[in-house]
Amino acid sequence: MPLDRDPADRTYKVVGHRHNRPDGIDKVTGRAKFGADLAAPGLLHGRILRSPHAHARIKSIDTSKALALEGVKAIVTAADFPDHPQVLEDGELTNIRYNVMAREKALYDGHAVAAVAASNPRIAAKALKLIEVDYEVLPHVVDVELAMKDDAPILHDHIRTEGMEDAPDCPTNVAERIELGYGDVEAGFAEADVVIERQFRTGAAHQGYIEPHACLANISGDGSGDLWCCTQGQFMVRDVCAQLNGMDVSKLRVTPSEIGGGFGGKTTVFIEPVAVALSRKAGKPVKIVMNRGEVFRATGPTASSAIWVKMGCKRDGTITAAQAELKYQGGAFPGSPVSMGAMTAFACYQPKTLKAIGWDVVTNRPKQAAYRAPGAPMAAFAVESIVEELAHTIGMDPVDFRLKNAATSGSKSAYGPTYSDIGLVETLEAVKAHPNYAIKLGPNQGRGVASGFWFNFGGQTAVTLNLNIDGTVALSVGTPDIGGSRASMCAMAAEELGIPYHHVQTIIADTGSLGFNDVTDGSRVTFASGLATIEAARNAAKVLCERAAKIWGIPADAVTWENGCAVPAGPNAGEFPPMTIKELAKKAGETGGPIAGHFEVSADGAGPSFATHLVDAEVDRETGRITILRYLIVQDAGKAVSPAYVEGQMQGGAVQGIGWALNEEYIYNDKGVMENPGFLDYRVPVASDLPMIDTQIVEVPNPGHPYGVRGVGETSIVPPLGAVANAVAAAVGARPEELPMSPPRLLKLMKEQAQPLAAE
Amino acid sequence: MRYESPTTVEAAVTLLANEAGKAHILAGGTDLLVRLRSGFIEPDLIVDLKRIDALKSITMESDGLRVGAAVPSAMLNEHADAVAGWPGVCEAAILIGSTQVQGRATISGNLCNASPAADSVPAMVAARAIARISGPQGMRDVPVEEIATGPGKTSLAKGEFVDSILLPKRAPGTSDAYLRFIPRTEMDIAVVGVGICVTVDKTGTCTAARVALGAVAAKILVVEAAAQALIGTKGDEAALNALAAACSAAATPIDDKRGTVAFRKEIAGTLAKRAAKIALSRAEKNL
Repeated sequence: MPLDRDPADRTYKVVGHRHNRPDGIDKVTGRAKFGADLAAPGLLHGRILRSPHAHARIKSIDTSKALALEGVKAIVTAADFPDHPQVLEDGELTNIRYNVMAREKALYDGHAVAAVAASNPRIAAKALKLIEVDYEVLPHVVDVELAMKDDAPILHDHIRTEGMEDAPDCPTNVAERIELGYGDVEAGFAEADVVIERQFRTGAAHQGYIEPHACLANISGDGSGDLWCCTQGQFMVRDVCAQLNGMDVSKLRVTPSEIGGGFGGKTTVFIEPVAVALSRKAGKPVKIVMNRGEVFRATGPTASSAIWVKMGCKRDGTITAAQAELKYQGGAFPGSPVSMGAMTAFACYQPKTLKAIGWDVVTNRPKQAAYRAPGAPMAAFAVESIVEELAHTIGMDPVDFRLKNAATSGSKSAYGPTYSDIGLVETLEAVKAHPNYAIKLGPNQGRGVASGFWFNFGGQTAVTLNLNIDGTVALSVGTPDIGGSRASMCAMAAEELGIPYHHVQTIIADTGSLGFNDVTDGSRVTFASGLATIEAARNAAKVLCERAAKIWGIPADAVTWENGCAVPAGPNAGEFPPMTIKELAKKAGETGGPIAGHFEVSADGAGPSFATHLVDAEVDRETGRITILRYLIVQDAGKAVSPAYVEGQMQGGAVQGIGWALNEEYIYNDKGVMENPGFLDYRVPVASDLPMIDTQIVEVPNPGHPYGVRGVGETSIVPPLGAVANAVAAAVGARPEELPMSPPRLLKLMKEQAQPLAAE
Repeated sequence: MRYESPTTVEAAVTLLANEAGKAHILAGGTDLLVRLRSGFIEPDLIVDLKRIDALKSITMESDGLRVGAAVPSAMLNEHADAVAGWPGVCEAAILIGSTQVQGRATISGNLCNASPAADSVPAMVAARAIARISGPQGMRDVPVEEIATGPGKTSLAKGEFVDSILLPKRAPGTSDAYLRFIPRTEMDIAVVGVGICVTVDKTGTCTAARVALGAVAAKILVVEAAAQALIGTKGDEAALNALAAACSAAATPIDDKRGTVAFRKEIAGTLAKRAAKIALSRAEKNL
């Protein structure tokens, strides 16, 4: 979709201004309804029995004692999710079915093996203890590199490595090999004056949303029903739950609640199909609410990784070769985001030659779920570490080095396509010009820079806009609001219709009320639902003009929409005073009925967003403790519809990245059981750990959106891992190769590398 | 599960002594409620101490400062005499959890929770604090280090509970300090904790010292060799290094999700040095 006009020349009345978000008051006063807040008459409470073993054959499950307990109304196991044809023909749906309820084997500590619905939570908890599962404990593997070995315990007998011509025909944990690149990297390294290679590792980080998964299913005797849940995509939930339970999709209506964070982790299902099965079996509404331990053990963190990167450059800074081998474990099922890692790894640069190989590996860990720019942060950590080291080695300013090699508008991206208008150079120049870049550092302090890229996504989107009798507007979108998007939708509809921001009310519609929408992911909502909102508003404006034309008795094309009023298009159209949206709304019944606009699209043209982060860190050399002193984010938003929420996205992504860099990781014991399934020992940063995160929005309009909008939600988590590592490396004179840089790890690194790196 | 909130110590003792099932004391509840909700404990009786007025006060007695079992950390830190006299104990108590948690958490509860990583306990041990226990047999006073017998286990008999803690009066030139290591700034459990109490004479020479380590053994450790390393010195570098070495040597930690053996042993020494410097400088101001 082309730009209507040069966005730089356009003056916006609503868009780009700061407004209170429509969900704000309810959220801060506790009135907002989240996943666990719904109740229903006759409600039953569901609980899930989970495997205590990392890998075990389920020889039998005896539910008789639990069923005999007074107050237990239904129990489901894998047997309640039979082989419906639509499940078997879809590999990912088959994996989801296995993940939500173990069959044959439990594949990780926390894997669901049975579920109970009872008249109260205490009875449900008691019933879990009465279910007898006979396990045969099997050898397990949780490490990505160990899982790739020939003698590793095998999770799935059917997996053969895809993407390899000479793959042996025997079971393996390596689900896929991918490769991309161009040119001859060996020739590229031969041309280089400096070549650096290192092996990196990153831990598995969880999205850490504050709201645990929660849902309430209510299936009627006629087989139709309702599901209420916190999710990033009600249509996805509907389609998956209906198919897993052998229902027609039309029989299930899903209503999304307010959502207490998702970050990608709520783009799939865990408890929802189980609640539907329990409700159908019990004939009553069933609510399931996870506790935090369940969230950690059984929902999707992101992949842990082992990444080798080798890069070479000339003395003038030109990167002549870039090579990477990425190994990601995505838990018990294929689908780690390694291909995204390989594609994004060098996306900020234009190396002369490139080769990236990725391995998707299964291990006895929970099935990974999307996490904010899935696969990119760990790859960027490895690449940005080497980029910084190359710059120091040739004595070039690290921002200048990046500028020398930066991807630019119209350049061919490292992963294939040609970039449209992009803003990486602008972010680098803004960092260089920022006062933070010139602040003098003290002892044990270091400064790090890193850039990051994310593709962004468009996807299937449907929006409906209805005019109310008083001229206000009801807007229905199908993409759950995880970052303030309702405020942005209100702003864009108001902008188009020429009415005040607060005259538009946006709701996230249930699956029965609106056409299909892809989940809220890929930083797509402000772009795609925004684009559809703008077009829906324009369609409504067209109807409004037709109604005015009808009233005035002139042709419809002789009326235009300006500043919230229908006006004659020109002097030839006749002399009529402007007719307001309020007047037209009032007369809708007489002029043709309800006034509405809608728009359905598979949105293309989601422009990528680039960011550059600048960090100052201080290291306590005696304890290995790291303090983040200053943090600056510069990111391209295309056009910031709601600047405050763009800044919020930038800051939030940085905070999550800092946590991943410093302390967050899944810790397993020698039995493959997670040791830290709670916020006490899974250490996300707390507010007092961080300085104010400074933000600067750059606006290089995205040609794919009428206002130039590009998604901003994900890019912000891509640079922090590398930026923090670079700052720490500069402070201590040793390069962190493993994340998180927890104090024991950093203290050990400082001891082992007493010799400061020559270049740093 | 029954919940009772008696208004006298005697009534509390009777309730505890007469309970046939599992009885738990609720003071601040910052440990108890978490364990209850996560299913670690299934009490038959919970006895809340917060309605007993006598346990809600901080009183200066002839032999020291008595802190009731229902006094939260925040209140202790708003008590001028407490902060002036026992800064190490107060700063340890105000490290527990978060600001919200400190509005509830008590040092008596921290003691009786019997975690080896409890923040206020090494500071209390260094300060030679005395726990007053009420029970069916009446009242008895015991040094705080005798309360915990292992992780989660105490020496309290059936019907007994700690009703208050006495911070004994200090000789001139005495003060204390507590430091702990956590990877974050708050909301965390000590990887290592060090409480040190010292007395100095007019020349600045250390004449008495007591060093207690947390989170490096099954119980709080009193490191006599570390105290001896300080006594007779002015806290010079050699003395501090000897103190650190003694602490590292005494520590018998485990490898776990919070830290490795090597890391904890080293940090025990590092923190001891830092805490000793603070305690010595505070002590000199108390001459």
